[in-house]
Amino acid sequence: MAEIENNDVLFVIGSNTKENHPIIAQRMIKAVRRGATLIIADPRRVPLVRHAGIWMQHRPGTDVALLNGMMHVILAEGLTDRAFIDERTEGFDEAFRKTVEEYTPEAASKITGVPKEKIIAAARAYGKGKRAGIYYTMGITQHSHGTDNVYAIANLALMTGNLGKESAGVNPLRGQNNVQGSSDMGCAPNVYPGYQRVTVPMVKERFEELWGVKLADRDGLMANEMLDGALAGKVKALYIMGENPVLSDPDTGHTTKALKALDFLIVQDIFLTETAELAHVVLPGTSFAEKVGTFTNTERRVQRVRRVVDAPGQARKDSLIIMEISLRLGYEMHYHHTEEIFHEIGRAWPAMAGMSYSRIDEEGGLQWPCPTPDHPGTQFLFKGGFPRGKARFTNVKYRPPVEVPDEEYPFVLTTGRLLFQYHTGGMTRREKAIEAVAGRPYVEINRQDAKALGVASGDKVKVTSRRGSITIPVHASLRPDRGVVFIPFHYREAAANVLTSSTAVDPICKIPELKVATVRVEKS
Amino acid sequence: MKHDMVTITIDGRKTSVPVGTTILAAAQQMGIHIPVLCHHPKLTVTGACRVCIVEIGGQPVTSCTAVAEEGMEVTTASPYIEGLRRDIVDLILSDHPYDCMVCERAGDCELQELAYKYSIRQPVFQGERRIYTKRDGNPFIERDMEKCILCGRCVKVCDEVQGVGAIDYAYKGFETKICPPFERDLDCEFCGQCIAVCPTGALVSKPSLGKGRKRNVNTVETVCPYCGCGCNITYDVVKNEVIRARSRQDTINEGWLCVKGKFGFSFINSPDRLTTPLIRKDGKLVPAGWDEALDLIGERLRKIRAADGPDAIAGLSSARCTNEENYLFQKLMRAGVGTNNVDHCARY
Amino acid sequence: MANDSIEIKVCLGTSGSAAGGEEVLRLFKHHVQEQGVEARVGRRCSPSKVGCRGFCSKDVLVDVILDGSKTTYQLVTPNMVERIVLEHVIDGKPIAEWTVKEEYASFHAKQHKIVLGPCGEIDPESIDDYIAMRGYRAARKAITQMKPEEVIGQVITSGLRGRGGSGFGTGEKWRVCRGAPGDVKYAVCNIGEVNRPLAEGNPHAIIEGLLVGGYAIGAAKGFLYIRERYHRSVERLSIALEQARERGFVGRNIFGTGFDFEMEFSFGTEAFICGEETALMESIEGKRAMPRVRPPFPAYAGLWGRPTVINNAETFSNIPLIIGMGGEWFSKIGTATSKGTKVFTLSGKVRNNGLVEIPMGMPFREIVYGIGGGIEGDKTLKGIQVGGPSGGIIPTSMLDMGLDYEHLARVGSIVGSGGMVVFDEDDCIVNVAKFYLEFLQRESCGKCVPCRIGTKRMSELLTKITEGKGEENDLRTMERLAGVMATTSLCGLGRTAPNPFLTSFNHFRDEYLAHIREKKCPAGVCTALITFSVLAEKCKACGLCKRACPAGAITGAPKQPHVIDPEKCVKCGACYRACKFKAIKKA
Repeated sequence: MAEIENNDVLFVIGSNTKENHPIIAQRMIKAVRRGATLIIADPRRVPLVRHAGIWMQHRPGTDVALLNGMMHVILAEGLTDRAFIDERTEGFDEAFRKTVEEYTPEAASKITGVPKEKIIAAARAYGKGKRAGIYYTMGITQHSHGTDNVYAIANLALMTGNLGKESAGVNPLRGQNNVQGSSDMGCAPNVYPGYQRVTVPMVKERFEELWGVKLADRDGLMANEMLDGALAGKVKALYIMGENPVLSDPDTGHTTKALKALDFLIVQDIFLTETAELAHVVLPGTSFAEKVGTFTNTERRVQRVRRVVDAPGQARKDSLIIMEISLRLGYEMHYHHTEEIFHEIGRAWPAMAGMSYSRIDEEGGLQWPCPTPDHPGTQFLFKGGFPRGKARFTNVKYRPPVEVPDEEYPFVLTTGRLLFQYHTGGMTRREKAIEAVAGRPYVEINRQDAKALGVASGDKVKVTSRRGSITIPVHASLRPDRGVVFIPFHYREAAANVLTSSTAVDPICKIPELKVATVRVEKS
Repeated sequence: MKHDMVTITIDGRKTSVPVGTTILAAAQQMGIHIPVLCHHPKLTVTGACRVCIVEIGGQPVTSCTAVAEEGMEVTTASPYIEGLRRDIVDLILSDHPYDCMVCERAGDCELQELAYKYSIRQPVFQGERRIYTKRDGNPFIERDMEKCILCGRCVKVCDEVQGVGAIDYAYKGFETKICPPFERDLDCEFCGQCIAVCPTGALVSKPSLGKGRKRNVNTVETVCPYCGCGCNITYDVVKNEVIRARSRQDTINEGWLCVKGKFGFSFINSPDRLTTPLIRKDGKLVPAGWDEALDLIGERLRKIRAADGPDAIAGLSSARCTNEENYLFQKLMRAGVGTNNVDHCARY
Repeated sequence: MANDSIEIKVCLGTSGSAAGGEEVLRLFKHHVQEQGVEARVGRRCSPSKVGCRGFCSKDVLVDVILDGSKTTYQLVTPNMVERIVLEHVIDGKPIAEWTVKEEYASFHAKQHKIVLGPCGEIDPESIDDYIAMRGYRAARKAITQMKPEEVIGQVITSGLRGRGGSGFGTGEKWRVCRGAPGDVKYAVCNIGEVNRPLAEGNPHAIIEGLLVGGYAIGAAKGFLYIRERYHRSVERLSIALEQARERGFVGRNIFGTGFDFEMEFSFGTEAFICGEETALMESIEGKRAMPRVRPPFPAYAGLWGRPTVINNAETFSNIPLIIGMGGEWFSKIGTATSKGTKVFTLSGKVRNNGLVEIPMGMPFREIVYGIGGGIEGDKTLKGIQVGGPSGGIIPTSMLDMGLDYEHLARVGSIVGSGGMVVFDEDDCIVNVAKFYLEFLQRESCGKCVPCRIGTKRMSELLTKITEGKGEENDLRTMERLAGVMATTSLCGLGRTAPNPFLTSFNHFRDEYLAHIREKKCPAGVCTALITFSVLAEKCKACGLCKRACPAGAITGAPKQPHVIDPEKCVKCGACYRACKFKAIKKA
């Protein structure tokens, strides 16, 4: 994170950093104070725009066009890093260049709604940066073409040689405290801990040896597929630990229906969440403050979690619960203390093999890869080269979102988080002080649109999508452009995900298109 | 000798420091303590409190602003300098409420420490004290401007670090005070950075009021449970209750937190917490013992696995659980159940 | 021909305007036209406005210049205008009883007007007037014929020192700024309260000085920093700047040399602290005016971190003279270390209040008795406050001291921006010190402790003494406090803030002790310490005092000496003023 301060150009796209990653935003502001140029691409006038040199207000879902437009300028004006492209990348071919050439600033402007002067200025600023970093979050990934978006970002960074060096690169910012960690730990249907493919026989064998049991040899189901599977009767039992898909997943109606279709639903949480209310068995887990262990933050830094207080009532440590269940399934896991688990992680994944609790304590956290006890950890990735040898340019073209505004649903809805609330609100909505300042849901509408609808801030409106509708107070604002509305998804009383689609997903990652759905707004 | 270094003498000891180093920084590096009130290592120089004065060439100069020059002779604690410092602290105390006994920051107050150091029971300089009514309606930050010594740290942290600028100086002379525009109630990001830097009890956390002062708390260092920044938090704990969140300056988040990290911890001790397993009986969730719940789970999962195969079972893990728990969870699904049907919420 | 025409110059400085100058000028124009003066005398006659000529106590002042001879009328009111036009302008007979008296001559005789010279002579809204008296020649010479270093050399030779505050060498400051690394530099002219007559009487000199300064240091941008409230100054400077821009003296490619220099206004609000240059820079940057820490000094890192020179309007007004006449010429005026002249606002208990310009080194006696015409009512001089509120009081015993930077510093005062207030025997020195400390307390920016709280405590202690509650220990406390303030304050305001107390205490210790030990105010000012009584032998029982008393404290039968009840007396002094027989005693 300290690297951010030394960026000379920061390109923040699809990230409301000031509200969702406030501490990272501080570093960005510090960089700006040191003279860095901050470029922001966001459909809303997010708070960080105040510190930005260039703000491009593109239409939701047009990121590829915007990025290709910038690349067009960089290519046309010779701002590419030839040496880097030649030595460390492949795929910078005729076809790729031809695609980019199609996206003239004029063409990109037409799709995105961003004035072409701004696209050119942003491209020049980024292209001329010596230490240019790109920062993105769900604003890039939660799209039906989220993978394309990420490819386009990678192309931009590769083209200008901004990867694999200090204070540069492509930096996805993690929305939840241990998203990085749960991915690292292999909580995904296709990989074991450390992103090792379950379908590679050698890998599977190694894990079978480590765990002393035969393992399945094909990819499992992704979260959305689990729900579909439940509806189809293929998935009978679901064990959910610390999640609340009813509020966080798209299309609440669909989610609820799927969960209800299960034969057996186990929910382990610290509160009786909307999801837990549907469970057959609810297990009281412990909060982060009642256990020891590690979290891995967005910069891959593994840090210590310590016990602050005793767990309430009979609530039990989640690891103990898992061990108990495992025992009852005939597979015994036994650890004397939590660090034993940590050591086993090191054996499962060499990148963490050099870490220990005492090292983490002494060194203020360690960034993986850290393969040996004398390895200092790794500040930024891809320094010596890319895992696949050469980084590859991917030819991506703009595809419109699944839903585009029409007469029936004229507004584009985009969802997100607020500074004051967190995720589905299980924690923050119990904070009296936070509720006092941000305790009500709202739909943010451009002032002119609000005027046209005949509504003012505070008035209630009915927001309807193809999946459902909610009633919610209006907040007329200059933040979104005309035709765009924003609803934070924290509030159960007006859950934004009633409106979003679970079928519009990225073909590769299955990430739902939470950032673009079309809706109708009516006075209620 | 290198060109970018200068050699100075502080209290008779020679030291070499890089060009541009302040006398204060040089002294601190040598382990020489100079009192400060407005200086803060993470903020730009203010030079308002004047207690860090030292003697350079016989002249009193503030060490936080004076930059080391070759051959400088510095005395940090002559009787003359200590006398001036004493009088400056005396002046501050002459306009400060004497209510340490009920102050949240007693025992953790930089002004109190200096009053103690210079043994000021009654100020020599006496006179009118600013009287303000506390009336800020925000739920997070208690602002007692009578205790404000106008060091300006809060103004600077809000502007320089947080990039918000919610507060600034207003009025002139003795009436100078720090407040939001037009003295309205504070309406900001409520990150609490101002509380973190306040040297006195002028800015304190409202939710923590009256719950425990410095010497009565246990402190635990851990990591914030909210976003992916991974901020290090120090919790103050009294009788199994988290009463305050702070952060140390030597952490990756440099001592700064956001509103959630700073104020969003009462959920830990929430009465809504689940304290016992629940089992659905006749359509209702009713409390049950652990053995009953776990046995039921074991039985049902075994049955389903036997009937429909391991792939009929799936698990969703959490980005809010630890690495160790996530590791165990996927191990449970893969090794215990025998399926790769395990995922987490990274996509939402 | 110019000397053929009849000139009528009406003073429209601040004081002239306040006395009704606008109306006087309007009536002159009206009558000149109505009477058909030009036709009747066969000469051009256009009444015009001029800036302040200094003798403000006699405003409105009007010059009538006829056949090369100038007659000055004083205290002109609208109903006098018609007669002046008829008798003097048309018939050529000056009206002797309305003309200025002898003190007008003596007021001016001892002055040395180089900066104020054109004020009161030229029309401040006419660039042609300014050019006619060699205006912009210095700028042309500097920019077309001299290297910046040569310009700076001349300023150094002249010995000019800042006229705003600490008296730092102007040329030296410019030299440092010129040598400071950086492509972008700024020149700033602070137009303070005391500079208003310059801005109103001869604005082009300020602009020309700033232009030369900008050229010398290598700046492309200059700021005219002025309180928005000084409407007339702003208006005349705006007109002047517009005219200068039209003539190509400001803008791009000045005098065809390729030198670009833009000027713009930066408006401040009323704040004494803005005389402090770093606070002034904060204000220009749009922030609250609070002094910055130094180093870095503005000459290295000023506005927006760029090398910046800040001088006040009087300093800049001297520049065209120095370049035009040469630094050598300038250095001959004044003393060994203080060169040139200094403009002061002479006020207080002197007969001739007004704006004066004196050569450096002139003894105070000459200023007060020569230019000022002595003390009103022939009372006894007590002291002179020099250098504005944070200056110091010069006692009568030092009347023969010359006014220059060194002498003033030696007695704990400063030249400052040029305030000079004369006190007489009726002024209480403790009260005077209290007045200034209270002012400084209100104007403290509040940033540093010794100034913010120190000025408060000091004014509280002074108040305590004037209320008769002072103890001798308070004097020691104040001396100790003064030491802390003077040595540890952040900026000049705080460091000089104890001066009014220190200098007055130094020279008038007995008066302080009288307040404390005897609970008496020798000047009879501090109401808590005075009593009013009737001198029975002088009382004629006229009853005037009784009628004047607002508190009903005076009783007395006809033909009987009246009596004041001290319990009821509110010490307002109404009886003292009302009595025609000096029968009320104040002690």
